[in-house]
Amino acid sequence: MTDPAAAVEPGVDIHEHAGIGDPNAHHHSPEQIRKEMRVYLAVFAGLAVLTAVTVGAFFALKTFPVRIAIMVALVIASIKGFLVAAFFMHLLSEKKVIYGVLILTVIFFIFLMLLPVSHHANPFGS
Amino acid sequence: MALRRQIRVGSQWMYADEAHKALREALRVMEDEKLAEAHGGHHLPWIRRYVFSTDHKWIGIQYGVTALLFLLLGFCLMILMRLQLGWPGQAFSIMKVLGESRAPGGVLLPEAYNQLGAMHGTIMIFLGIVPLAVGAFGNYLVPLQIGAPDMAFPKLNMASYWCYVPGGLIMLASFLAPGGTAQSGWTSYPPLSVIASQGQTWWLVGMVFLITSSLLGSVNFIVTIIQLRAKGLSYMRFPFFVHAQFVTSFLLLLAFPPLEAAAVLQLMDRIAGTSFFLPSGLVVSGQAIANVGGGNPLLWQHLFWFLAHPEVYVLILPAMGIVAEIIANNTRKPLWGYKSMVFATVFLGFMSFVVWAHHMFLTGMGTTISAFFQTTTMIISIPSVIILSSLFISLWGGSIRFNTPMMFALAFLPMFGIGGLTGLPLGLAAADIHLHDTYYVIGHFHYVVAPGTIFAMFAGIYYWFPKATGRKLNDFWGKVHFWVSFVCINGIFFPMFAQGLAGVSRRLYDGGMQYAHAKQIASQTNPFMSICAIGLLAAQVPFVFNFFYNVIAAAMGHRDEGLGSNPWQATTMEWAATTSPPLAHGNFEVLPVVYRGPYEYSVPGETAEFIPQNTPLTEPAPRGGTLLPATAVAMREN
Amino acid sequence: MDAHASVGHAELEIPYNVHPRPDTGLYNGKLGVWLFLASEVMLFGALFSSLILLRTGAESWPRGYEFLNVKLATFNTFILILSSVTVVMAWSHLRLGDLKKGRIYISATVLCALIFLTAKGFEYSHEFSEGRFPKTNNFLGIYFTMTGLHGLHILGGVIVFLYFLGPGAKMWAKEPERYTNRIEIVGLYWHFVDLVWIFLFPILYLM
Repeated sequence: MTDPAAAVEPGVDIHEHAGIGDPNAHHHSPEQIRKEMRVYLAVFAGLAVLTAVTVGAFFALKTFPVRIAIMVALVIASIKGFLVAAFFMHLLSEKKVIYGVLILTVIFFIFLMLLPVSHHANPFGS
Repeated sequence: MALRRQIRVGSQWMYADEAHKALREALRVMEDEKLAEAHGGHHLPWIRRYVFSTDHKWIGIQYGVTALLFLLLGFCLMILMRLQLGWPGQAFSIMKVLGESRAPGGVLLPEAYNQLGAMHGTIMIFLGIVPLAVGAFGNYLVPLQIGAPDMAFPKLNMASYWCYVPGGLIMLASFLAPGGTAQSGWTSYPPLSVIASQGQTWWLVGMVFLITSSLLGSVNFIVTIIQLRAKGLSYMRFPFFVHAQFVTSFLLLLAFPPLEAAAVLQLMDRIAGTSFFLPSGLVVSGQAIANVGGGNPLLWQHLFWFLAHPEVYVLILPAMGIVAEIIANNTRKPLWGYKSMVFATVFLGFMSFVVWAHHMFLTGMGTTISAFFQTTTMIISIPSVIILSSLFISLWGGSIRFNTPMMFALAFLPMFGIGGLTGLPLGLAAADIHLHDTYYVIGHFHYVVAPGTIFAMFAGIYYWFPKATGRKLNDFWGKVHFWVSFVCINGIFFPMFAQGLAGVSRRLYDGGMQYAHAKQIASQTNPFMSICAIGLLAAQVPFVFNFFYNVIAAAMGHRDEGLGSNPWQATTMEWAATTSPPLAHGNFEVLPVVYRGPYEYSVPGETAEFIPQNTPLTEPAPRGGTLLPATAVAMREN
Repeated sequence: MDAHASVGHAELEIPYNVHPRPDTGLYNGKLGVWLFLASEVMLFGALFSSLILLRTGAESWPRGYEFLNVKLATFNTFILILSSVTVVMAWSHLRLGDLKKGRIYISATVLCALIFLTAKGFEYSHEFSEGRFPKTNNFLGIYFTMTGLHGLHILGGVIVFLYFLGPGAKMWAKEPERYTNRIEIVGLYWHFVDLVWIFLFPILYLM
């Protein structure tokens, strides 16, 4: 009998026990949640430090070429962004569908960033 | 981790505690029902049921009626334009509706012609086709075709409709602005659009509303399709229409925001005096403008076309989806190359983001960048060809039923073919030098949208009218509507290719008469085209009568008794798993389970001529197909 | 499993509204908000792209740190990051079933947001008083547009949080899990707004 509805045996929890930090497992134990909260505080500390580093680097790199300063600032910002996305937005343990949507978005975002490049890099007559 | 006990309710496994919750809910509903009965049986006040409805079927109808009205308005604007183009400078009493400032003595002024042109395009695309193709057909059919009780976010659905309506009204209100409405083309290129009169600001504000409406809608569609599809409905079992709507929603989701950003920037230029799009040293009518300059008009073009190219695929994909459904149904065989069509659609959606600058070949691009965009443009023609070819080949060996929806769907194929083929020289920069901004372009895109998409829309209306109302539209008058429209629409748009090749520019209020090189061809073709336009208008009359007669009859309760809920003997679930019209609440008695692909027509070895998607495999297929929800049979077996 | 069609009642039961769908592992709102955030990436991305195009094509381009208040913006950055922490703490406490602590942390988030907006208000009025308006040059134009749009997003978030502190809190009594999910969703939006600022701050103020 190929009834797809009869896929589960009685008495078995069909929701697999999820890994640590899986936000979609709605039967998380309190210890796991408290563990996550400690992680959040650690991330906050990291973000605060990195913000200070951003401003500090800005002052330190004043004598360097602008391109270096821009790159350093963007790298630090990316690290901070990664921390927010990975831990606060729990992207590290998100589902494939979300990753798929985001990868697609990143690709189109890159196209969008290449827009000014396409404009300036090759003007008529060059 | 304690195990949670599960019990079986019918064919459904449930956690015991959730079953208990469901039981309490069921008891509450029954109490509520009893109360409602006592209060005259109405659950919702009129305004919640018909105005601020959260039912996707009613919202789909709201979108449909509103969009058809806007299409009619855009059509009327075009008639006025064509009167001017056919007989430039002539006085027409009908022009007087535009008022003395726009048409003194019934003679259309050039500025007024530009207003008509800009608003014809805007209204047709953003207020007409997208809401009809996505908001109406998509909203109504997608939950039914995937076996869902409604969209994932019914209130958000209502919000997107009620964002569309103010957007549309603001666009309409712009006609009353001092200096007239937007008149810089639907493309709103700066600097002209930035220095234009107040109506342009209204246009921008209206666009923000419309874009927001689309964004909210697209989120709803994607979540609904991924999350609410019925059990057993894997992606490759979707009706092609659902794939088309799925990809379309991604285009709306990711391509519209850059235009929203651009609209904000243009609003800032106009209202806050910024110079994002204004170059330095701009002088208008002998006076230097107040803005400091330093901006770039091409920035707008880049941002605009970044959306507007995916937008044209938003216009065509739902149409292809509709045509695919109707062809499969009326050839009584599965679509040829379904898998290729699906992958082609996904590839098309993806590629549509990297071709935008083929609208900008003449803006001073270098040869490297130009070559890049030509290449991507040529590549993107491949999936379109795959889809069109598959639809053509699907006809081979079919038992073709030439009813009205099929006539429109069949006509779509060569019409879209002409539109697509004429796009190729435009996608090659060398040819585009001569054809850009000529009537060739207008002919190209109108072929895809007018005898293309709009014919598909008509096909869809004739096809799904019985689903929504329980009545069929009259087939004879449908065919009259089709044939007269088909002849006239070709009469309008085909000569445009000749005009374009001869060098007649677009957006000329006199159709080219002022230019020596254009005068002859313009005078030879324009009057004929305008007469065809009037013929096209006349062709819609039987449709309007047919439509309203049957809508009113249905509303008064006169169903076609012999019709049944699946008059086209279709396999997809919107037809086979529910009544016509569908059950008001939740669409289905029981949510269907899918066992088969979407087009099981004339399956070799089976006795039934067609087998709906939700017919169980172990159940011998009923003779001649079934009008009952097959799941009811499966449930009894258990 | 909450998939059943309800007949006869105004409120339709939509499957996977609260509990995730097994094969995707998501509940509807989670997927919905990520899709919305994807569109927001494209919105702010278009503005970043415009900034780059205008800046690389400009003859001269003022440096933000020459006249903008970097100290205040740094303070604002801290405040916004703090508000991201408070909202994720709020969600964690709600998951532990503690509505009271959840509300405290949501209120803290709103407070941080209002501090941010107030500081922004001071910044703007200072710029205006010095004769620096959006129309003064394209850097200021893009500065005001981007921070203004960002500020509107903060305001939107504040309004939603206030709703969930106020009339929306009724949901907790009947469906606590659904309420927690809603806070998670608003939280994701909020983190995104913080993320945008993390990039806006160095790009506008320090480059």
